[in-house]
Amino acid sequence: MAQAIGINVNGEARTVAADLDTPLLYVLMNELQLRGPQFGCGLAQCGSCSVLIDGVETRSCVTPVASVVGKKITTVEGLPALYAQQKGLKETPELHPVQQAFVEVQALHCGACYNGVTIKASELLAKNPKPSDSEIRTAMNGHLCRCGTYPRILQAIKLASARMSGAAR
Amino acid sequence: MRSFETFSRRKLLKTGGALIVGFSFAGAASARAAAARGDVAGPPDQGEVDSWIAVHADNTATVYFGKCELGQGNTTGLLQITGEELDLDISQMSAMRLDTNVTPNQGATSSSSSIHRGGPPLRAAAAEARQQLLLLASVKLGVQPGSLSVSKGVVSVEGDPTRRTTYGELLGDKKFEVKISGSAPVKPPSRYKLVGQSVRRVDIPDKVRGNYVRAQHLRADNMLHGRVVLPRGQRAFGYGAKPLSIDESSIANIPGARVVRKGDFVGVVAEREWDAVKAARQLKVTWQETPRLPSNAGLYEKMRAAKTTDTVVTDIGDAAKGFQAAAHVAGATYHGPYQGHIPFWPNCALADVGPNGAVVKSSSQDVYSSRAQIAKVLGLPEAKVRVQYYESSGTFGRSCYEDASQAAAILSQAMRRPVRVQFMRWDEHGWDNYGPPHIAEIRAGVDQNGKIVAYEYHGWQHGWTVTSTVSDLALQVKGVERAGGTNSITVNPISTGSMYVIANRRVISHAVPMEGLLRGAALRSPLDLNYSFASEQTIDELATAVKMDPLAFRRQNIADKRWLGVLNAAAEAAKWSPRVSGSSVSGGDVVSGRGIGLGSHHVSYGAAVAEVEVDKRSGVISVKRLYGAMDVGLAVNPGLVENQIIGQMVQSTSRVLKEEVKFDEHGVTSLDWASYPILRFAESPEVVPVVVQRLDEPSTGAGEEVMGATAAAIANAVFDATGVRLREYPMTPERVKAALAGAKVGRA
Repeated sequence: MAQAIGINVNGEARTVAADLDTPLLYVLMNELQLRGPQFGCGLAQCGSCSVLIDGVETRSCVTPVASVVGKKITTVEGLPALYAQQKGLKETPELHPVQQAFVEVQALHCGACYNGVTIKASELLAKNPKPSDSEIRTAMNGHLCRCGTYPRILQAIKLASARMSGAAR
Repeated sequence: MRSFETFSRRKLLKTGGALIVGFSFAGAASARAAAARGDVAGPPDQGEVDSWIAVHADNTATVYFGKCELGQGNTTGLLQITGEELDLDISQMSAMRLDTNVTPNQGATSSSSSIHRGGPPLRAAAAEARQQLLLLASVKLGVQPGSLSVSKGVVSVEGDPTRRTTYGELLGDKKFEVKISGSAPVKPPSRYKLVGQSVRRVDIPDKVRGNYVRAQHLRADNMLHGRVVLPRGQRAFGYGAKPLSIDESSIANIPGARVVRKGDFVGVVAEREWDAVKAARQLKVTWQETPRLPSNAGLYEKMRAAKTTDTVVTDIGDAAKGFQAAAHVAGATYHGPYQGHIPFWPNCALADVGPNGAVVKSSSQDVYSSRAQIAKVLGLPEAKVRVQYYESSGTFGRSCYEDASQAAAILSQAMRRPVRVQFMRWDEHGWDNYGPPHIAEIRAGVDQNGKIVAYEYHGWQHGWTVTSTVSDLALQVKGVERAGGTNSITVNPISTGSMYVIANRRVISHAVPMEGLLRGAALRSPLDLNYSFASEQTIDELATAVKMDPLAFRRQNIADKRWLGVLNAAAEAAKWSPRVSGSSVSGGDVVSGRGIGLGSHHVSYGAAVAEVEVDKRSGVISVKRLYGAMDVGLAVNPGLVENQIIGQMVQSTSRVLKEEVKFDEHGVTSLDWASYPILRFAESPEVVPVVVQRLDEPSTGAGEEVMGATAAAIANAVFDATGVRLREYPMTPERVKAALAGAKVGRA
């Protein structure tokens, strides 16, 4: 039966009603009405539902909500604030540099893969600010895109990397 | 009111006198009419300007058209066309989502038709709207319309810019009430400011910020979550899926879960989404056996043995005589499998069905067709059903969107509450309307001078479903196949040799019945990959036979400047190195090669160059770089076309290297991304897109025409690298290794 569960999403403590085995994804979509993480496969194969849990990219479609109690969940909606925190910025930018780069490079087609690739790219750049093409390809390999936008996603991540290392000076 | 205005306008045109009839007379009524837009079942009259464009008091405009945003960016292109004729900036316009009570019926958003066929009526409407606005301005400002100029919706008197007004002031939220005459002047391309520019897409900022409302985001008060219950993986087409027994006690432990059955359709609903997921998974259903499928192993044999309906698509000259004159003949049999649309997000729909009608929000590529199908399933008149389009993920043709819509509608009607149906991954993979398989038997001949003198192509394929899985089950009817009527179902003569000057050419289509196979429908660039894969490899073989470089050979056999244009553009981008293909095969374990290919879909022109590496030990083909050129006539937004080239080339690479729907004798077994692999990030080629801009030609489609060329270029590059021809795709490591082994013992 559904019970009250406290989780921390994008820096806010939230109480949700769910069965303990409910995948986090359904809680984010239905209880918290977030639009970023979405159902793609329910099998951790595609990356549509990715979120950061304590900074680590995680597939929310196979992560029971009970397992994330006490951890920090960041969705794509919370990426700009997380970035400000990581960089020690006084103000939260409107967009994370990866998001901004997606607009500038016009990387999206339908944009369904956008949530997961943005989460994954932000994780990568937080760990490795200047990845090589090959490191980007390897890091992103768990994220599928049906529209075939991989070349422009690569370009966007490189642009974001250049911007972020510039901003870090 | 209309006659009054028509009179006034005629008077103005005749006399040039002041037009003092105020549009304000129409004010209250038109404002009410505008507010009421959506209350009446469409489609609106395409002959009225008001069906396409509304101008608001704040000098912005809402544009209504019947082609939906699928992630290809057509909304931006269509707004550019409108803005160009109206002299409005992109930021001053917004597009209305497709809605059967609001937007014109421009047919399905398919066949890359948004700009090609959707653009011209919109251009005419915008030109008519501008003409009317200038008439109103001329009255207000007291000068002839010819003395006015417009920029960003501000109309001013030439030479006296202080005398000005705006569209918003002239019409603000009132109706035009003007018919589209078709005679309003349109701008010549030489004066285009907005069309031809790579304007950034209007949907991307909201998609990035998370403000873009997708079908999957929709919720409603008092809503239930629904799921379909189908056998895992579809069975033989024409035989449905009949539940013999349903054990409702198998979901008794799930709070609020209910089973809904209509005909042979079975669904479940629950208050919470996770409970609906569990109920669909847990419900015990015994399904009636269906006739056996041929399985992947027996597919082509069954197709080839079928009683077919044959059509001579093209018959030029005398092919038999042509072959007699040939110095060399090349020919082989080629195969391509079922492939899936398989959108990244499975389809999703929200339906609210009450006694007085239904509203269904879904991702159909054709809202009016969707409305007709839903009305039939629900037993309601079409006018009582309203379908609104919400973008999902890229669908590339008829994925399960109609099924999700119909399932939501059935469940909502039964439960008398709004129901949201989300297809699960296995539903979407397993019950797709797959791109049909194809067998090509082709031969072509060349004379001693390297001139192609004969060409004969036989193609076998089945057609497309007319009906949908869910409606077939719910109404207990046999699925209906559409087996003719489009170049995409019968062999496409454009993609089979038409680009070359060939005096003797025959193309014959053999329609195989779909019954007993899988459910088929148009998959992006329907069968064009198959045609180019077979046809362009054969052309390459002729080039090799006469010891010519394949680019030079093609140039020699093409007269059409537009085919030459894309061919040369792709070759130049790739810095093509001329040699006889396969003439410098290295003995190493990893070998590289380059290939070239041409292809089309309906109208536009596509050319591709591929650079590949083949690891002879593993059999893995790596596509390193692709260069793609497209001539789509006037490219309204070259940036969008570049993006379409990139997407097509990556997707085509995926399809020829990896994608094949697997099925055994019982049903489809490709049920997720593990059992239906697609190209991954690390495997993605670099892509260099080239748009051959032709301002003087009508705009044609840009979403499909370089896919076939890409498939052919990759296959030709594999031959150049290895000296071996792959005649079946996907070109998996197993098939590559088998072909290489065959070559060693001389059977290639």
